[in-house]
Amino acid sequence: MSAIDYTQELSVVEGKPPLREIDELIIQPLDTKPDKNFFIALSITGSMLLLGALMLAWSFYKGTGVWGNNNPVAWGFPIVNFVFWVGIGHAGTLISAILFLFRQKWRTGIARFAEGMTIFAVMTAGVFPIIHTGRPWLAGYLLPYPNQHDLWVNFHSPLVWDVFAVSTYFTVSFVFWYVGLIPDFGTLRDRTASKIKKVIYSVFSLGWRHSNRHWQHYEMVYLVLAGFATPLVLSVHTIVSFDFAVSILPGWHTTIFPPYFVAGAVFSGFAMVQNVLIIIRKIFHFEHIITLDTLERMNKIILLTGMMVGYAYAMEFFIAWYSGVQPEQFAFLNRAFGPYMWAYWIMVSCNVIFPQFFWIKKIRRKISVMFIIAVLVNVGMWFERFVITVTSLSRDYLPSSWAYYKPTLVDGGILIGSFGLFFTLLILFTKSLPVISISEVKAVVDGAQPSHGEH
Amino acid sequence: MSDKTIFAYSALFDSPDDIIHAAEEVKKQGFEKYDVNTPYPVHGMDDAMKLSPSKLGYVALFFGLSGMLAAIILTYFTSVVDYPQVIGGKPFYAFPGYVPVMFELTVLSAAVLTVATMLLIFFKLPNNRHPLHDTNYMKAVSSDKYGLYIEIEDEKYDEAVIKSLFERFNAKVIEPIYYDDTEVEHKNRIFEPKFIIGLVLIAVITSGTTYFTLNKLMFMIPFSWMMDQDKIVPQESYELFADGFGMRNPVEGTIARGQLPYEYYQKPEEAAVALINPLFPTAENFALGKKKYDIYCSPCHGYHGEGDSRMRGQFPNPPSLHSEKVRDWTDGRIYHVITEGQNVMPSYSTQLSREEKWATVLYIRALQRSLNAKESDLE
Ligand code: HEC
Repeated sequence: MSAIDYTQELSVVEGKPPLREIDELIIQPLDTKPDKNFFIALSITGSMLLLGALMLAWSFYKGTGVWGNNNPVAWGFPIVNFVFWVGIGHAGTLISAILFLFRQKWRTGIARFAEGMTIFAVMTAGVFPIIHTGRPWLAGYLLPYPNQHDLWVNFHSPLVWDVFAVSTYFTVSFVFWYVGLIPDFGTLRDRTASKIKKVIYSVFSLGWRHSNRHWQHYEMVYLVLAGFATPLVLSVHTIVSFDFAVSILPGWHTTIFPPYFVAGAVFSGFAMVQNVLIIIRKIFHFEHIITLDTLERMNKIILLTGMMVGYAYAMEFFIAWYSGVQPEQFAFLNRAFGPYMWAYWIMVSCNVIFPQFFWIKKIRRKISVMFIIAVLVNVGMWFERFVITVTSLSRDYLPSSWAYYKPTLVDGGILIGSFGLFFTLLILFTKSLPVISISEVKAVVDGAQPSHGEH
Repeated sequence: MSDKTIFAYSALFDSPDDIIHAAEEVKKQGFEKYDVNTPYPVHGMDDAMKLSPSKLGYVALFFGLSGMLAAIILTYFTSVVDYPQVIGGKPFYAFPGYVPVMFELTVLSAAVLTVATMLLIFFKLPNNRHPLHDTNYMKAVSSDKYGLYIEIEDEKYDEAVIKSLFERFNAKVIEPIYYDDTEVEHKNRIFEPKFIIGLVLIAVITSGTTYFTLNKLMFMIPFSWMMDQDKIVPQESYELFADGFGMRNPVEGTIARGQLPYEYYQKPEEAAVALINPLFPTAENFALGKKKYDIYCSPCHGYHGEGDSRMRGQFPNPPSLHSEKVRDWTDGRIYHVITEGQNVMPSYSTQLSREEKWATVLYIRALQRSLNAKESDLE
């Protein structure tokens, strides 16, 4: 390949497509009838979702005793899955907010999609703490509201912080996403020939007119939202990690948890986004907008965060040894060589070893290999949450109460159902909304901005 | 065409450079009521139109601080004023624990309310009635053209001047935009049948679902407050035990604490002779007796045993406990009534322990003496 001229910013959209072609390309999935593959995919994810729903119905009819949770591991699959899915969501906000603040233009092609994944992942995650309460229809009790019992939630509890963090995260992500969609709804409204679609798009576009007097405030609000979403996304996984770190259980009670969880969340989230984007760009022919360069950049972030996670694993061991606290030392030895050793080593190999292949440029740019590595990363990250949650609980201070946690089939069904929910929403999203921000992509096409430079 | 009212004069341009120069010129000429429409924000346009910087940053600051204040008030009110509780030995107002909630509410209110302010107040959206909608102009600018229009309301509006100005900057299409007459004349009426039907539907659906939830759903499994549980309740069969009963009898020949069997069922006269009050008439025993009497007996017998029931006829009034008959009864005979009940009066064995029953008897004795004192009491 020829030498790269580093003084010139590379274009993030390949070729120089006319603006109208961008419209057509991005909107095409919405205008065409879904093909057979779409229905095959939807029926697979739909059945997974149905399986999860049935398992949940069974759980509530019989009681949560049908899960593996029991003393002393009261936080089995539901919490593992919760942390996993919240983590997946983090990549979306990172891409849409943090990369926006860093003026990373390559984010434009993938931001909308990643934000959508954030929303769906947080929705999926939200299911778990609520079902874990046992009677999810009473979840309203989690919020502080004036009631005739004159009771309030305990604001010192990390679980209450979680309620605030996750619901804020969902709301703000959703608002962020919707604000980004408004101009696109305007474009859709003006393009569509169908009457019903026109009504729907008009309603959601709120009558957007692409007016520059609006764009001016709009860009400001986008900046403000990005500014708020950035600390928010860091806070969410921090608070999720507080669920563990604020307790006194060996293996949980560590100050490294917040940054370690955030890095892990970004790590798994990017892996998931990368996986899904590879499929999307193939199916919808978005190769020129979601370019190989973009994917390569994502792989670099996976490599970086993977090493941060690896560092955290090592540091946990070091601190356990250095602190001289016996239960702490035991907790970590037990993780690596105890009854859950298999889970621990799956986690280490998937999270620390495999991403190292991304040092090699060829692998970073080879679609099939990077896809597999990212899948492994997500397997590893799921096991990370499993290892953290289960090993510490199953063997705490009191050996007489030790037990080996085994999930039941119902637990497994619910986990499958959560993937079903996530991917069903995602598949429906690809056919109902523009998965790439039309107005943002237009703005970064070569020649879209005036040539006379900044004023 | 001619009877339509003009809203503005518009021009479409092909390149971002053209539109910027055109906008600059329009501003320079002193037009006020004009706007530029572009498919995406064009850099430098704000300067060209000389727009003052957006004030939404301050709006966000304001709402953020209000959210934080709300969180402080909420945590303070709940944990210091309304429901103070010592948790983990910390002071009532333990600030560090409230930081996460404060932070989240700050972000929540700043993000949501700033966006709402922008859409509703700054943009006056939703507005699908703007004359620009459904014009070719709008369709072009939402895809790949750059548009500029000057409203007829502008003081300097002059068709010829505007036209030549547009032409100077390579405008590709120059055309007037009209108000849509049907939209201008359309008025919303409250008594439109559609609207009324909508309201009725909403009313039926909400009241129906509310009725269903409160009166039906709450009695179904699993919503029925754990009424139905997988545990053995009395009288149920249970295959684990050889006799198939879920209930277990005490081991033969043993008596649980406080569960002395009563030997005088259906034998009031024998009880009257055999049972003797084991309690001494001490102040404590009287106090206990009064307490139990006031709780369990007074609703029917009245606070002073005169049969002045508070049941308002929902239960037959009992006779006075001051009757000669009851006064002449032995303590054991009254004890028997409490234990076994009498005719419509139910047994109080499950509510009162042995000792409490005897204390109640003591108290009834005191009540009787208060109306029919003995001569010796005067001494
Ligand atoms: C639900 C109302 C009710 C309550 C509560 C109640 N009683 Fe009675 N009691 C009656 C009625 C009615 C009779 C009359 C029964 C009959 O027809 O023989 C009665 C009769 C009696 C008699 C016999 C009076 C007589 O003249 O035959 C005594 C003694 C007595 N109650 C004591 C008590 C004591 C002590 C308590 C509290 C532990 C108590 N009762 C609680 C309704 C009540």
